[in-house]
Amino acid sequence: MNARDTVLARLRAALAGAPPTVPVPPGEHRRQGDLPPGHPELVDLLEHRLTDYRAEVHRVAEAAVADTIAGILTAAGAAAVVVPPGLPTEWRPGPVEVVVDDDLPADRLAGLDGVVTAAAVAVAETGTIVLDAAADQGRRVISLLPDLHVCVVRPDQVVATVPEAVARLTPGRPLTWISGPSATSDIELNRVEGVHGPRRLHVVLTDG
Amino acid sequence: MRRTFLGMPATAPRGVGHLRGDESFPAAARKALGDAQLRRNLRHATTTIRAKSGAVIGEVPDWQELRAAGRAIKSDTMARLPELLEQLEAAVTGAGGTVHWATDAVQANRIVTDLVRAAGADRVMKVKSMATQEIGLNEALEAAGIEPVETDLAELIVQLGRDKPSHILVPAIHRNRAEIREIFLREMPDVDAALTDEPAALAAAARRHLRRTFLSTKVAVSGANFAVAETGALAVVESEGNGRMCLTLPETLITVMGVEKVIPTWDDLGVFLQLLPRASTGERMNPYTSMWTGVTPGDGPQQVHLVLLDNGRSAVLADAVGRQALHCIRCSACLNVCPVYERTGGHAYGSVYPGPIGAVLSPQLTGVADNASLPYASSLCGACYDACPVMINIPELLVHLRSQAPHPRSEAIAMAAAAYTMDHPRLYAVAQRAAGLGRVAGPALPPPLNGWTASRDLPAAPPQTFRQWWSENRSES
Ligand code: SF4
Repeated sequence: MNARDTVLARLRAALAGAPPTVPVPPGEHRRQGDLPPGHPELVDLLEHRLTDYRAEVHRVAEAAVADTIAGILTAAGAAAVVVPPGLPTEWRPGPVEVVVDDDLPADRLAGLDGVVTAAAVAVAETGTIVLDAAADQGRRVISLLPDLHVCVVRPDQVVATVPEAVARLTPGRPLTWISGPSATSDIELNRVEGVHGPRRLHVVLTDG
Repeated sequence: MRRTFLGMPATAPRGVGHLRGDESFPAAARKALGDAQLRRNLRHATTTIRAKSGAVIGEVPDWQELRAAGRAIKSDTMARLPELLEQLEAAVTGAGGTVHWATDAVQANRIVTDLVRAAGADRVMKVKSMATQEIGLNEALEAAGIEPVETDLAELIVQLGRDKPSHILVPAIHRNRAEIREIFLREMPDVDAALTDEPAALAAAARRHLRRTFLSTKVAVSGANFAVAETGALAVVESEGNGRMCLTLPETLITVMGVEKVIPTWDDLGVFLQLLPRASTGERMNPYTSMWTGVTPGDGPQQVHLVLLDNGRSAVLADAVGRQALHCIRCSACLNVCPVYERTGGHAYGSVYPGPIGAVLSPQLTGVADNASLPYASSLCGACYDACPVMINIPELLVHLRSQAPHPRSEAIAMAAAAYTMDHPRLYAVAQRAAGLGRVAGPALPPPLNGWTASRDLPAAPPQTFRQWWSENRSES
């Protein structure tokens, strides 16, 4: 008997005599919030939650996204940033060197100052943005190694609750749920921002 | 005959891993109770986290419904565990991953060691994982000449301090900032001698220390918080980004997961991703959660392995009452509310699973005889049940296991009395004034304890007063 058969046989033996399974009742928990995706109050809530976990939030008109990104990077002193190949070209910041990710080695990425991505969905109640590695977000590693992450979120991507986000995401894609900058609670349970992931997170919330 | 025997539920083997302590709980607890610094660190930490967690749980209008959903999903999972694991295996395999099965710690350690060797590596980086601590993977790797590097800050503190983890979530909870600074100054070759004990400075030191490791290590080992049978997705919930580094940068990723971590559907993630962070770190959401499904071409590790571990879980599953211990999502809320844990710390429990969940899980994984005093390491106050985000009835399990535990009666009484009275110092004083102790149990208990008296086996009347017990045990330490 190989290990697989042994484990499965043990588990089946353990359940022998157990009552036949009953389907799980659907339960009374919320599947969605009170407000529909993109509602202005949800975007306000997202801003509040993001700020609460020390992300910096910029509310701007769609047309001002490029200038806002450029302003954030300049103010942070970023000289070179990586962007995913599918990032809208009009968002690419003019004043800094832009490196389009083309399977760049990790060492090269670690030497860059920042990264600009879009997002797949954002959760207002928890202050979370989710990246799903689509062309405007790129490989997981590009939003990990540079120390500054600028993420652009549109209002129609903002949902109220975690279950709504789960329902929108495509199983099978590599997903990264991000709630604020890298942090730890390991020293006396104080939340300290800035360990291994990006130490600064800027979220640009557009109006359309 | 042998085949039948092999296929029967089995406890975790002796001589490997970290499920059994060197001494009984009362003996170990006695030492811990003498360490005032440890108790201060623990009280500070658990008080902080209880307040944080309470605040963010209060924001969720359907918290009780979520808990009920979590419990229902987990009960359903356990009832269908074999078929869900087969479904998970098929999904992971279909996505380009490789699934391995391990009956116990020895097999799991061998599988991982062989995979690391096959990848030509002599070093692995690790994301904090209870399962790999349970099986003693680091020791097995070291014995094979492979260096395991813990990358979680608390695990790093424990590893550099040649210490043992004492909490599920914050393994270095017993260390304060000054102690952490000393460990870093002593053990990090490249550390700045002017390092202060500011938490931000300590975190920055860890960042510098591990960067090179992240960028140059070819193999990572992780655990998994959840595995979705329906889709093959694995999830790791973390804070620092060390998890993302380990899950993204290496060529080979090996995930070791207890079989009970599987959940049936993608939608179930929506329940657990709400329950876990709020109950665990007291955050609305932890900074990072990563999900991956087999191999994604061009993104992340191209060799992806999943090791499904039994190591006693089949024995737990075989107990119709005890199996709810397998519902645990390792949030550590029950530790943070436990009056006994707060005073003894995690080391006293002897196992990698400390606190209330450890008191019911470890004895079941090993067989009660090997952890006989743990079911008594509780006052049955019920706080753990109230705190548990998946509503595991830990008091019920403790009572159930006590009925199986061949525990010396004298030790049981001393332990129960001490734990009970430590839990209720004022009650103790009142009781002592009224009747010279001894008759605390009974219907006269004040709220909120009176609600429990019907369902709990309150400790028998102690043969000595708590102060006698206390002073005797203190003088021994
Ligand atoms: S038993 Fe419940 S409260 Fe304790 S760690 Fe497990 S899930 Fe959390």
